[in-house]
Amino acid sequence: MKFNYTLGAALVAALLATACGKKEEVAATPAPAPAAAPAPAKTSVEVLHYWTSGGEAASAAELKKMLEAKGHEWKDFAVAGGGGDNAMTVLKSRAVSGNPPTAAQVKGPAIQEWASEGMLASIDSVAQAEKWDELLPKVVADVMKANGSYVAAPVNVHRVNWMWANPEVLKTAGVTGMPKTWDEFFVAADKIKKSGNVALAHGGQNWQDFTVFESVVLGVGGAEFYDKALVKLDPAAIASPTMTKALNTFRKLKGYTDAASTGRDWNMTTAMVIGGKAGFQFMGDWAKGEFTAAGQKPGEGFLCAAAPGTANAYTFNVDSFIMFKLKDEGAQKAQADLASAILSTEFQEVFNQNKGSIPVRLGHDMSKFDDCAKLSATDFVASAQSGGLVPSIAHGMAVDPAKAGAIQDAVTQFWNDDKLSVADAQKRIAQAATN
Amino acid sequence: MPKTFDNLLPKLVLAPAFVLGLAFIYGFMVWNGLLSVTASRMLPNYELVGLAQYERLWEMDRWWVALKNLAIFGVLYVGVSMALGVFLAVLLDQKVRGEGFIRTVYLYPMALSFVVTGTAWKWILNPSEGLQKMMQDMGWTSFTFDWLVQSDMAIYCVVIAGVWQSAGFAMALFLAGLRGVDDSIIKAAQIDGASLPRIYLRIVLPALRPVFFSTLMVLAHLAIKSFDLVMALTSGGPGYATDVPATFMFAMSFTRGQIGLGAASATIMLATVAAIVVPYLYSELRSKPHDR
Amino acid sequence: MTAKPFSHHAVRWLLMTTLLVGAAFFLAPLYVMVVTSLKDADEIRNGNLLSLPGSLNFSAWGQAWSTACTGVECKGLEPFFWNSVWMAIPAVLISTVWGALNGYVLSLWKFRGSETFFGLLLFGVFMPFQVVLLPMSQVLGWMGLSSTIGGLIFVHCLAGLPSTTLFFRNYYAAVPGELLNAARLDGAGFWQIFLRIIVPMSTPIVMVTLIWQFTQIWNDFLFGVAFSGADSKPVTVGLNNLANTTSSVKAYNVDMAAALIAALPTVAVYVLAGRYFVRGLTAGAVKG
Repeated sequence: MKFNYTLGAALVAALLATACGKKEEVAATPAPAPAAAPAPAKTSVEVLHYWTSGGEAASAAELKKMLEAKGHEWKDFAVAGGGGDNAMTVLKSRAVSGNPPTAAQVKGPAIQEWASEGMLASIDSVAQAEKWDELLPKVVADVMKANGSYVAAPVNVHRVNWMWANPEVLKTAGVTGMPKTWDEFFVAADKIKKSGNVALAHGGQNWQDFTVFESVVLGVGGAEFYDKALVKLDPAAIASPTMTKALNTFRKLKGYTDAASTGRDWNMTTAMVIGGKAGFQFMGDWAKGEFTAAGQKPGEGFLCAAAPGTANAYTFNVDSFIMFKLKDEGAQKAQADLASAILSTEFQEVFNQNKGSIPVRLGHDMSKFDDCAKLSATDFVASAQSGGLVPSIAHGMAVDPAKAGAIQDAVTQFWNDDKLSVADAQKRIAQAATN
Repeated sequence: MPKTFDNLLPKLVLAPAFVLGLAFIYGFMVWNGLLSVTASRMLPNYELVGLAQYERLWEMDRWWVALKNLAIFGVLYVGVSMALGVFLAVLLDQKVRGEGFIRTVYLYPMALSFVVTGTAWKWILNPSEGLQKMMQDMGWTSFTFDWLVQSDMAIYCVVIAGVWQSAGFAMALFLAGLRGVDDSIIKAAQIDGASLPRIYLRIVLPALRPVFFSTLMVLAHLAIKSFDLVMALTSGGPGYATDVPATFMFAMSFTRGQIGLGAASATIMLATVAAIVVPYLYSELRSKPHDR
Repeated sequence: MTAKPFSHHAVRWLLMTTLLVGAAFFLAPLYVMVVTSLKDADEIRNGNLLSLPGSLNFSAWGQAWSTACTGVECKGLEPFFWNSVWMAIPAVLISTVWGALNGYVLSLWKFRGSETFFGLLLFGVFMPFQVVLLPMSQVLGWMGLSSTIGGLIFVHCLAGLPSTTLFFRNYYAAVPGELLNAARLDGAGFWQIFLRIIVPMSTPIVMVTLIWQFTQIWNDFLFGVAFSGADSKPVTVGLNNLANTTSSVKAYNVDMAAALIAALPTVAVYVLAGRYFVRGLTAGAVKG
């Protein structure tokens, strides 16, 4: 899945300078008591991940510190590129060679695929001791389990169906308030286009096309339709007029993007909104980190709202680390410590502040988080109860990588090739769903 | 040294290459073929499913696009590189001042990997940051060069970058060939009054047939293997408009967890390579008279 | 080939111009990279591709080498560079020697089936490497070489086996038969002929092979990313991490400086030894 976690809470160098300062403050909290370090020799924990952007890397460094405080050595194994593609290649190669890392950043149904190959270790001991079943919403906990046992530790909850906007651009165009329906959106977009700015900032990469598409489907068809069509892959739903409408709406959006959008990275796209060149962007909450890094506050420098038509729905994307079955007992202890550290209040607080997501722990104190995050947290709980909480297909949470990838191919081809008809696109999606 | 040992020694020396080479080349090809008839998804498993993976392969639009791109890219890349290579070699053969410098300039792109030059190329070809913007800034406002972002034209950008990398190498091969052409024939033709272009066209270039073939082989196999180039320049995009079999196989096997499908595509790639290479090798190794 | 120099200045002038235009095309990306690596962020944003830097600002180079972030670690390209050095030098030397021995046997000590073997081996030159990733992982695992520099060396030697053998075999095939017969009559055996006669005359082809192998191995990304572990990543993987470590403002100058650092060894090889490469090719590396 092309999900590029390049949050970048700031410029690389500048942020690291401030983060270094920040790290020192925050590091004081986990209180790494040297006395607690176990007597035996340091276990090396090799962690495969693709958090290579400035902000993410700073957050990963937090985890490293916490682990080292418990007496383990963190061997960083970052593999950048392709939003995790290269990392997955390396992971498979290592798995096949019989030498998997201690933990790897894997999420969604891929977790169950790894588990079905018999390669994952159960972390139930930690999960039970720390009462994970109570701390995590059921939807999330289920994704972390295989055959009833926890095999992965969740790190955060991202909301994907966000819409970001620059209030100045809206004001110049005479747009009042964030559009709540797709019709309102197109009216606003027309105004922005007339005022000389780009209405919709979009990055023409496969996963970004797919991200926008899923928000459109969610907005046009509602959470139940989304679930039927893109999670359960019901052929009737895919072939339905609702999907046709969604595809048409999706195609219409293209006219509001700029010509240079092809291949543009997501954070460069957000930069367009930050810089006042574009009005709207559809992107998950990791985009928020870009705004905060540019020194803007929600409600003032930028606006956040659910994508049109999705106010009662929540598309979630949960990052997690899977634990591999290892023979070494020291490594097993390290895995338990890693899992525990990941779900700890301190780590959840620091990491999610940097990344734009919300803590996965239910009932976490949100007072230090900004307004968009608070909205995210309340909506998360509300939608879980109302049935509007759905997994993101564009970010590998809904269906296995093979099907998701094939559907993404169809969607991105539809976006890029104007000659592909809506009916053909629908057929292709249906075909991809049976992959 | 006893004669039998003397006979045995060469075989012993060759043995590691024999065992390892054949095991790794053919063993892996067989293993790959085996995978292509299994239901392997994320990791190899050995449940046989006949030709199901191949059926799936040929039903995928993306695979057809990849094959089409390979044909376009392959023909253009090899053709233009060779044409440019011959042209530059002939020019450089004219005893030019600074030949060493110019030759180094033409040859150095081969030394660079696309991981290195990818960013620079993406930038140059990007309409809003690169060549198009520069030309427009310089006053030529109607200049457009946005092939990179257009689905049908993006593959030609890949060709441009590929030719940039390999034309110099083709030139070096042809230059070496040119230098190896027998002087006396040329002199004789010149005495007969033939002009230089005619000499080149009628005598020299035909004498370079073996070099043409070698270069064709080298470039063809580079074209089929092109992976870094596509990944660095377009990542297969926009959409999957610049996907080639090499990147397709990689995506299917590793990113999508469809090893069986990836193996099937790899088998087709190998078959294509074999179809070109085997006849050539066969004729090569048979026709050379070995005077020993 | 010695052509008579043209007497028409116009034609010479046209010739030089064409060659220089060609040179500009080939140099363009390198120029862009060098120029960008010497600019600071503002100059990049405000200028265009080809504009010269206001002043020679080498800070991007320093960052790329020692402080840029490649994931959680922010040690720049330096550790990866040395990994590549430790990997490339043994691999190049071993594969060259191995290729020479194989080429020697296949050209001058032919036996029944050796030509067939050579043909079979040659197919390996054309095989796409993606095919071998997973089986090779498995084998490396069995050998206990997984995620080590040793494993990478092994893989590169194997991958280079067909091409190096091809180069040497073609070159040695041109050795005159009489030379060998005379040596054998003198009583020289397998090793003596190799060490006393063949090796001294191998300089051109050794240069070609060394240059070719070094370029292939140093620039490889696929094997580097698939078979390396946390400590053994080569410079191409490090560069890829570095260039993808984005935040809202891409530090293009650092990215370009890093790319140039990664490219330096191979470019240096071609600049310094390029003429040996052409000479070696002339001497018959890839002759038809």
